[in-house]
Amino acid sequence: MNDDVVKNRHTETSTVHPATDAAVSVHDLTVAYREQPVLWDVDLDIPSGVLAAIVGPNGAGKTTLLKSLLDLVPSVSGRIRFHGEPFRARRRDVAYVPQRGSVDWDFPTTVADVVTMGTYRRLGWLRRPGHTEHEAAMTALRRVGMADLATRQISELSGGQQQRVFLARALVQDASVYIMDEPFQGVDATTERTIIELLKELRGEGRTVLVVHHDLQTVPDYFDWVALLNVRLVAAGPVREVFTQENLRLAYGGRVGFAGTKEPTSGPDKDPTSSYMGRIRP
Amino acid sequence: MSEALQLLWTDYTLRNVAAGTAVLGAVSGALGCFAVLRRRSLLGDAVSHAALPGIVLAWLLTGSKAAPVLVAGAGITGWLGAAAVSALARRERIREDTALALVLSVFFGAGLMLLTVVQGRPDASQAGLDTFLFGQAAALVERDVLTMGAVGGVAVLVLALFWKEFKLLSFDADAAAVAGYPVKLLDHLLTLLLVVAVVVGLQAVGVVLMSSLLIAPAAAARQWTNRLGRMVVLAAVIGAMSGALGAAVSGLAPGIPTGPAVVLAATAAFVVSLLFSPSRGLVSRRLRAAARDRRLRSEGDAS
Repeated sequence: MNDDVVKNRHTETSTVHPATDAAVSVHDLTVAYREQPVLWDVDLDIPSGVLAAIVGPNGAGKTTLLKSLLDLVPSVSGRIRFHGEPFRARRRDVAYVPQRGSVDWDFPTTVADVVTMGTYRRLGWLRRPGHTEHEAAMTALRRVGMADLATRQISELSGGQQQRVFLARALVQDASVYIMDEPFQGVDATTERTIIELLKELRGEGRTVLVVHHDLQTVPDYFDWVALLNVRLVAAGPVREVFTQENLRLAYGGRVGFAGTKEPTSGPDKDPTSSYMGRIRP
Repeated sequence: MSEALQLLWTDYTLRNVAAGTAVLGAVSGALGCFAVLRRRSLLGDAVSHAALPGIVLAWLLTGSKAAPVLVAGAGITGWLGAAAVSALARRERIREDTALALVLSVFFGAGLMLLTVVQGRPDASQAGLDTFLFGQAAALVERDVLTMGAVGGVAVLVLALFWKEFKLLSFDADAAAVAGYPVKLLDHLLTLLLVVAVVVGLQAVGVVLMSSLLIAPAAAARQWTNRLGRMVVLAAVIGAMSGALGAAVSGLAPGIPTGPAVVLAATAAFVVSLLFSPSRGLVSRRLRAAARDRRLRSEGDAS
């Protein structure tokens, strides 16, 4: 039903430019971990200025998709474009908010210092962050409601506060595309509200926000665009059109809202993704 | 104690030894912080053990026992050891601890074998190579100290130049990669600095004990501060003081070898820090927990 959005592969040659209004464009992306395909032949065009969710069961390759967009994992095949250009040409337009658990929060540094790290690349080699960078960090911290914790050691933060620190570090980069891996994972209600309001502000400023999301209930409220992923792309498009029971069943294998390890109901169509269901990704 | 301090200044040999061990303590303390924070504490151990075959090979190839020659050999095989660890650990089915243990024992074993073979030679020209096992600080002369200072100084300078890059790499390597930093190159550079710290200390402390001088001052410093910059400076100070103290102790009490004395001094600093640091120390944490329990109990009684 979403053939128009999902598949127009094999007709494009590599010289054809993707739609220029796509903030992120993925073409024929396949990623394998050892012998297992984690992403299989994914085509995805995310229009500019949307707040987009990537949803799918555990092991669907959501994090891997984000990491391949950012050149953090090697892909078997595929082409990725940001506003029509490869990632390395558009680095400064792209900010990344990794999963909170991906770093050691006992690292000896402060909230303001972590946020300042977002300015390093703009500074270049050998130069130290100064007054301008510190001000930028404080502005970002104010936006996430953390300015009063600027000098706090990062190990003293709650999960929600850690998430907001990471968000602030992305904000100082003043990017046009924001890529976030489960920013709502294990945060308190206040933080969740702060984050979603912030993401909507970013969209209001014409930026594109791409979020790996777990909570299916909130998808229609939070997002205007969604991609359902389960190794293959099941469907992608505006939430109203694409976020249907039918597509959710296709993505989650018959148990809507359940991203677990039970056997998916194996349909008559020898679902090629069922063998990856429930695989826990690192 | 004051007598020992006086000796440190007046006795030429002891002054050299103390200056040398202080320099190596400072350099390894500062550079060891990054190994500790990146959870690569054992990499220093693998590198220092991997240095042994390099020392013997350097002598076999050149016939020279000049410190710079032997130390260059040590640096080369130490670096090869580190490269072998990362090459093995990149294979997904070999974990990093396995790779470390493998490299450490294989390189060290090869070094011991070479050492045994050359010691079986009829002439005595190889004599002294085995001092690199446990170090021989007493043999340090002024020129050695100056060389150690220069080499270690360059390493610390490189650390300062790429400070923010190394900090970002250590805290969040993915973020560094996304920002466009050459993460692999920076990683190699940091490993190279670790190799430099190891070879600076080999002569005085030896391949077996060197890694504890990378780890103990850094682990001790971490207990006292929550800032990376202060931690590195503090680790350098703790390392330098351990070096000087170890040299003084072994100078005062002949028969106590300098290298082990230095290592014990650094370890003592670590134990004291672990127990008594105000925020992270075990004692203060226990006291705080007890105070909290008392408070909760009394609140419970009141209700």
